[in-house]
Amino acid sequence: MTKTVTDVICPFCGTLCDDLEVVVSDDGKQLLEVYNACVIGTEKFLHSQSKDRVTRPRMHQPDGTWKEISYDEAAEYTAQMLAKAKKPLMFGWSSTNCEAQSVGNEIAEITRACCDNTAATCHGTSLIAIQDIGLPSCTLGEIKNRADRVIFWGCNPAHAHPRHMSRYSIFPRGFFTGKGQMSRKLIVVDPRVTDTAKMADVHLQVEQGKDYELFDALRVAFKGEWLPDFVAGIPKEKIREVADMMKSGRFGIIFFGMGVTQSLGKNHNIDAAIAVTKDLNEYTKFSIMPMRGHYNVTGSGEVFGWQFGFPYAVDLTRGFARYNPGDTSTIDLLVRGEVDAMFTIGSDPGAHFPISAVKQFAHIPSVCIDPHLTPTSGVSKLHVPVAFNGVECGGNCYRMDNVPIDCRKVVEPPEGMLTDEQFLIKVRDRVKQLKGAA
Amino acid sequence: METVTITMKNPPALYLEADNVSPDAFAGKTAAQIAELHVHEGNVTSTLGKYFDVSGNAGATAVDTKIIVKGDVKKVKYLGFKMSAGELVVEGSTDLYAGAWMTGGKMLVKGNAEGFAATAMKGGELVIEGNAGNYLGAAYRGDWRGMSGGKILVKGNAGSDIGMYMLGGEIIVNGNVDVHVCTHAEGGKVIIKGNAKSKVGGQMVDGTIYVFGSIDTMMPGFKPAGEIELEVDGVKAKFAHYIGDMGERHKKKKGQIVYANLYKKI
Repeated sequence: MTKTVTDVICPFCGTLCDDLEVVVSDDGKQLLEVYNACVIGTEKFLHSQSKDRVTRPRMHQPDGTWKEISYDEAAEYTAQMLAKAKKPLMFGWSSTNCEAQSVGNEIAEITRACCDNTAATCHGTSLIAIQDIGLPSCTLGEIKNRADRVIFWGCNPAHAHPRHMSRYSIFPRGFFTGKGQMSRKLIVVDPRVTDTAKMADVHLQVEQGKDYELFDALRVAFKGEWLPDFVAGIPKEKIREVADMMKSGRFGIIFFGMGVTQSLGKNHNIDAAIAVTKDLNEYTKFSIMPMRGHYNVTGSGEVFGWQFGFPYAVDLTRGFARYNPGDTSTIDLLVRGEVDAMFTIGSDPGAHFPISAVKQFAHIPSVCIDPHLTPTSGVSKLHVPVAFNGVECGGNCYRMDNVPIDCRKVVEPPEGMLTDEQFLIKVRDRVKQLKGAA
Repeated sequence: METVTITMKNPPALYLEADNVSPDAFAGKTAAQIAELHVHEGNVTSTLGKYFDVSGNAGATAVDTKIIVKGDVKKVKYLGFKMSAGELVVEGSTDLYAGAWMTGGKMLVKGNAEGFAATAMKGGELVIEGNAGNYLGAAYRGDWRGMSGGKILVKGNAGSDIGMYMLGGEIIVNGNVDVHVCTHAEGGKVIIKGNAKSKVGGQMVDGTIYVFGSIDTMMPGFKPAGEIELEVDGVKAKFAHYIGDMGERHKKKKGQIVYANLYKKI
């Protein structure tokens, strides 16, 4: 016999779909089938059942092999590493729950570490811009029910957030958007002809690295001022047409992704995008939302914000929180050789950071806490596999629109495996002893 | 004026935060007392004397104190932090936040200075003989009040984001600059003797930029406003005049809208 668990939350992307159905064996130990999820989400659930999964912590040996150790030994190594370091770096947090993040922040505070999440390589620049000029935003539900102007700028949800378009942004029939896709105008701004761009009413094929100029041109067009003949490869008539299309909507939304946050201009691109949104509110109702990647990167920002006052790149080395990306941000810290211990959890910097930053892992003690085998776990001195959050344990997560959703446990983890939170509590208690904190 | 010389003898393994190296912090102290001032390497607090040899006593006040920093201080941050008077000479290159929040006095860096030099500067003079990093004379992260007074001269090149949120004062760069000049600025003057890349004056409300060399991509919000003969930093030349950023908000003065000005040498 099998049983079906309904209303399961998908721990893959920031869309945090909450309508999955998962079939598990009667004893709750095996996960058999996944329904309603996209292909990536399905794979995430099924991967927990893979036969070659690592289930115990492993130490990298000098000859390149791995030696299995106990969770207690792993916690001891991690605690010693963090307690001894002058400037430890605790990075990741985006693929674990808020409870684990909070325990991690306790450790960071005791050891006076630098802490950062994966916003470092995705929406960190958005967070800078949000601090600079604010963020007029809304929830995904409002978009489903109201939005008749949808702009995807530098993002490709067809591949990165596969169910975003069907659940919220393009296809759903909402309260005021009864005709679904027919009631919406879709504008895509992307230098490439992506699968999202192919669906658009208007595709602005902006020249790479000139998004900032195009945002500025739109603002000029709203005011009806002079424009040069071409901006970022787009003729001025087209820019004025798009500006009018945006102004004429009843409720508009700009979604933006890595194409603008990590291309030339960075935080200024988002700054300008938010300014465009503000300007549009002179004529109609407009909102803007970052397309967050990891399913709980938003939650990590929330927990950092709640506990330290800043959403990422927090430096606690002096005993108080400082925040200045460029100085306190992970990639800069690694590339400049500013840290002497590297702790990674729930992310894979080994696959996403510049190689000059990843090379630093080799020179300093390093721990990687991750259920998967990743480039990061491969280059770290210690790899601690843990239960899959959202599959084998529950916990709080935040959707890309800052709505908190509790993930659910659907299947038992392999016997004897700890969750992120359980392992971090072990480390925290040992760090407290080492540092003499009460 | 009394001179204190500090010489790096024991370079840090990581980076050193030496926010006490300023005429204000040294004033009224003997060499031995100066050696006892705090510095921070990561989460470890120790003394200046652990890393530097200190010779000479400081003057009674910051005005009478001159500091000379010798040796390799490429991994030392915050030199000249919040200095209000006196002099500071760095004989080599230094790291982040050189002369940050300075309000007066003179600081000279004979080599390069990394990012965030003269953050939110209010007064005084900073001269960098080599190159400057990003965010020269910009606001601190999240602040909307950038450099509001004083003068910065960079003899080499400067990085990106110079003069972000600038309110007043003057920045002169003899070489080239990277992207983003005077973003969000509401005043001040920036003179670039070399070339600029793009995003010059984006979201600028007020203030003036002079570019002697080329600009790769002009901001669409800057509208041509004729040509004009000007004397800029002792050089007489003909400049193309642009006003902007037309997309941004602007103040009104005597019924007239005040725009930011961009002059590009022809």
